Amino acid sequence: MSSNVGTVPRLGAKATGRVRRRRAKSRLPRVLALTYLGLLLAAPVGMIMYRTFEDGLQPVIDSLTTAEAQHAFWLTFLMVIVAVPLNTIFGVITALLMVRKRWPGKWVMNALIDLPFAVSPVIVGLALILAYGNNSDIGGWLVDHGIEVIFTPLGMILASIFVSLPFVVREVIPVLKEIGTEQEEASETLGANSWQTFWKVTLPAIRWGVAYGVVLTTARVLGEFGAVSVVSGKLSGETETLTLRVKERFEHFDMVGAYSASMILAVMALATLLAMNIFKKEDS
Amino acid sequence: MGIVVENVSKNFGDFVALENVSLEVPSGSLTALLGPSGGGKSTLLRVIAGLEEPDKGTVILDGQDLTASPARERGVGFVFQHYAAFKHMTVRDNVAYGLKIRKRPKDEVKSRVKELLDLVHLGGFADRYPAQLSGGQRQRMALARALAVEPKVMLLDEPFGALDATVRKELRAWLRRLHEDVHVTTIFVTHDQEEAMEVAEQIVVLNQGHVEQEGTPRELYEQPANEFVMSFVGPVNQLDGHYIRPHDIDVMVDPSDQASEAMIDRIIHLGFEVRVELTHHDGSHFNVQLTQPQLEELELTEGQIVWVKPGRKTKFEDGETKISA
Repeated sequence: MSSNVGTVPRLGAKATGRVRRRRAKSRLPRVLALTYLGLLLAAPVGMIMYRTFEDGLQPVIDSLTTAEAQHAFWLTFLMVIVAVPLNTIFGVITALLMVRKRWPGKWVMNALIDLPFAVSPVIVGLALILAYGNNSDIGGWLVDHGIEVIFTPLGMILASIFVSLPFVVREVIPVLKEIGTEQEEASETLGANSWQTFWKVTLPAIRWGVAYGVVLTTARVLGEFGAVSVVSGKLSGETETLTLRVKERFEHFDMVGAYSASMILAVMALATLLAMNIFKKEDS
Repeated sequence: MGIVVENVSKNFGDFVALENVSLEVPSGSLTALLGPSGGGKSTLLRVIAGLEEPDKGTVILDGQDLTASPARERGVGFVFQHYAAFKHMTVRDNVAYGLKIRKRPKDEVKSRVKELLDLVHLGGFADRYPAQLSGGQRQRMALARALAVEPKVMLLDEPFGALDATVRKELRAWLRRLHEDVHVTTIFVTHDQEEAMEVAEQIVVLNQGHVEQEGTPRELYEQPANEFVMSFVGPVNQLDGHYIRPHDIDVMVDPSDQASEAMIDRIIHLGFEVRVELTHHDGSHFNVQLTQPQLEELELTEGQIVWVKPGRKTKFEDGETKISA
């Protein structure tokens, strides 16, 4: 470009001026977007990292190795390994029912699936208390049989399942629609039963959709606060997840405790996001 | 008897896809289901395969009533217009699929797959994925996959419909040869009359859910049962209430007995064949098929007045076909 300017100086000078203005214009949206993300996302997350390690590594290690912190970590992990597989199985089955079968009342199902997205998590928590609390019919019956739901890890798992339910369904439905039924029909004419067709043909074809849904479900279960908070007994070392612990530590003016729990959550969330991006790349 | 279909009806909501269709396909034959789209031919094929359940009627394969059997138990090979390749499997695994489902010994699967890939000229492509193949190659893979399980009948649903013209022509000839080698009872669906005539021994014309006519390509062309078949299996002109094929009209430069006047609008050179478009003195348009030598002999030009005399004329009256020369 500079050689062009040299050979045709007058025209070239004009052109570069215009190009420069155009470039500045095209850069504006990018700058705006990055500033927005920077102020709202990067700065707060960065601050957490900074504050966590402000006084060195030792206080962080101390705070993360307390029995309560370990328990919170373990409970969060438990919720993920229970809620994610359940919602994945349910999600794939539901998506198949929604796309491949015709049955009355399908539209009701379709509306119900999105309920967890539409309803505030706090309300989810309250609804669970109403349904499974010791004073309710179901809850009372369960207590008589030795199962307590509300203010126990069981209730918290239920809350997590509730709020993260739509992700796998909503990711898998469009993929199922896109692949169509021909591959499944081909498998059938080749002698496979529905179970074989599902494992050998359908599941491999929707695998990236499922994986993407699993990542989103995991992220949601890790980060859920509202619904879990309502049904949790908030007892450190018993019914406290990492998100709840952040708030609890913060309220007790234990900043290092709050920051380090936050940091662990942030690292796990980043790891799932990274996984999601890898899946996205594989998919395209 | 290879395939027998008796009084099959199928509706999709208000749409009548098939109405009382009966059909007999001899064992070992190659039959085309020909008709316009929406005519019911794909539905019929899917009913035979067990992919669609008929509202009423019977499907008998090799003497066995299989109307109530699921597709997987019918022993049919099905080939789809858009190949239905298993995208996450290599060509080898695609072809081996049916054999693995049947839990055949590994050695047998291996040798059978190799044999089939050679048969469809894909010997060197075993380790590729369907996405790395051309359309024609994918369809040949799909054929090998269907043939692998030694089906009693092969059903091909517009198998060349998604391919470009050259590949389509190639595959037609190839399918014929393949059928001569393998000799499995085959039905294929097409909306292209030329394809049906070129490939099939027997053609069944389906329109608006019912069979218009069945017969050999020649029978359909020369003794069509009705107007629909007449105009669907080849180009046709309507003159004085008669149907006339474009090659059954004589063109003369001088007046003659029984000939009528027409003006040449356009001369279209299609190679050896030449299509001449004319306007009859009564105002109707028609066209005549000549050969290049005929055209040169007559020295025809656009705008010229000529005399035309229909040869073989066909008329349909009271459900009967009347042919006069």
